[in-house]
Amino acid sequence: MIALDLRVARRDFELRADLRLPARGVTAFFGPSGCGKTTLLRAIAGLEPARGRVAFGDSIWQDDARGVHVPTHRRPIGYVIQESALFPHLDVQGNLAYGLRRTPAAQRRIATEQVVDLLAIGHLMRRRPATLSGGERQRVAIARALATSPRLLLMDEPLAALDARRKAEVLPYLERLQRELDLPILYVSHAIDEVARLAHHLVLLERGQVLGSGALAETLARLDLPVALGDEAGVVLEAVVGERDVHWQLARLDAGGGCCQLWARDHGIALGDAVRVRVLARDVSVTREPQPATSIANQLRGEIEAVAPDSHPGLALARVRVGGTALLARLTRRSAEALALAPGVPVWTQVKTVAVIQ
Amino acid sequence: MAPAEWSAIRLTAQLAGLTTVLLLAMGLPLAWWLTRTRSAARPLAAAVVALPLVLPPSVLGFYLLAGLGPQGPVGRLTETLGLGYLPFTFAGLLVASLLYSMPFVVQPLQQAFEALDERTLEAAATLRGSPLDRFFTVALPQARGGVVTAAVLGFAHTVGEFGVVLMIGGNIPDRTRTVSVLIYDHVEAAEFGDAHRLAAGMLVFSLVVLLALQGLNRRAPARPEPAA
Repeated sequence: MIALDLRVARRDFELRADLRLPARGVTAFFGPSGCGKTTLLRAIAGLEPARGRVAFGDSIWQDDARGVHVPTHRRPIGYVIQESALFPHLDVQGNLAYGLRRTPAAQRRIATEQVVDLLAIGHLMRRRPATLSGGERQRVAIARALATSPRLLLMDEPLAALDARRKAEVLPYLERLQRELDLPILYVSHAIDEVARLAHHLVLLERGQVLGSGALAETLARLDLPVALGDEAGVVLEAVVGERDVHWQLARLDAGGGCCQLWARDHGIALGDAVRVRVLARDVSVTREPQPATSIANQLRGEIEAVAPDSHPGLALARVRVGGTALLARLTRRSAEALALAPGVPVWTQVKTVAVIQ
Repeated sequence: MAPAEWSAIRLTAQLAGLTTVLLLAMGLPLAWWLTRTRSAARPLAAAVVALPLVLPPSVLGFYLLAGLGPQGPVGRLTETLGLGYLPFTFAGLLVASLLYSMPFVVQPLQQAFEALDERTLEAAATLRGSPLDRFFTVALPQARGGVVTAAVLGFAHTVGEFGVVLMIGGNIPDRTRTVSVLIYDHVEAAEFGDAHRLAAGMLVFSLVVLLALQGLNRRAPARPEPAA
């Protein structure tokens, strides 16, 4: 458990975060630029002066009430930022060795060879940072942070400086990292696609305030929060590949314990494999009757759980319970009224697009 | 060259070398502090360091004489400690050189420290580097161009000082007579040939030093290597 109670005075607002975060998996701090998510991460690292309390499990890193403030270099963290900040005067090997040399042998849990392997940087050891590509630099920066065997990895927009191709190159490494090292990660991002792909727990921030904090799927399905996501509002579902239709090149993805079956393009993922899918509210529509003649491949029977106002006064968001899971649907307020959508009303949802993100 | 001239050259080199080493030792922490402190005393400290750039050497020499002499507070202290009085000794010359050459060492260091990427220092902190460790392993290696510039300028400027040396050191052969003072002596005595030999030497030395610095500065900062 990571327990935070922090306050940081900013020029235009005060950042206040009172959070309990799981000490495993990926926790995303998500919000628009300037919402204070980077400041929060820096305060946890001890890089930003803040008032309050930071506890990681049994270790107290900061407690103003007791006059405790562990300096950054004594916190067992790894820290990766957008700009890499590799040491320009050292080669890749020297950068990796920096933290390793300063970590007592008894605290080394992560083998450097494993990290080098995981991030595929073995061939770069003698190169200087200035000669590396953006994607290589970020992979080296991540490896450098891991060389100290941190117990918590802090990542501040580690992929933001990369173009889509480089991003696609580094993302799989991050996933493997998290899976194979079982290392809790706090991940700052303003890109919802990264969050949807990597995160297990989500903290939504706006102007220094925590709007919501909870498991990713639950938090994204909350009707009071998607306003913050605007057009990107939608749910993330954990699914398994239940069937592959070779003839039509489609795959059936079973979410919510198999009750919510969605057809999507077949990406070659093996039968029975787990995938993460994202369904945007704007791609989900609601009808009272099943539609016999429609191009939409996915029609699912469900039940309205709640209807709430959306970011635009003409729009509404409905949460529809489908089997063991929930979908969000964006519709006009007029349609919501015409269909008399209210909690408990049985409906059919039509899902136009399903994005497989993992 | 005459023994007196060799002696003056040796003395000048000793003075400049010692001054440079001591100034680097004092200047590194001072420049680091000037770069990073938010203290209200910072502007005053920076101005005091820069003073010798604008003060006439005679003013500095006068106050040093007054301060280090029998009536001065430092003079009384050195006398009590059994060190005697510093004016007209090599030690006094050294003290004067330290003050007079200080901005030439501190300012390049300060500029180099200010150009550092703060994020590499923070990265070092998250990699278990203590503050002192970060200074020696991250700040200093990246500022090495500034350190070289500071050492070269400090040395060259000490070699070239005249006014302060004359006032605080006098003109004692083998003890305080540096090359610049000896040139003055030769000219006073109308020994223009001797003056010319030393003066030309100084001219060449200064030019070579500045040329070398140009070359170093072009290579030192980034050192990009060809991509493999």
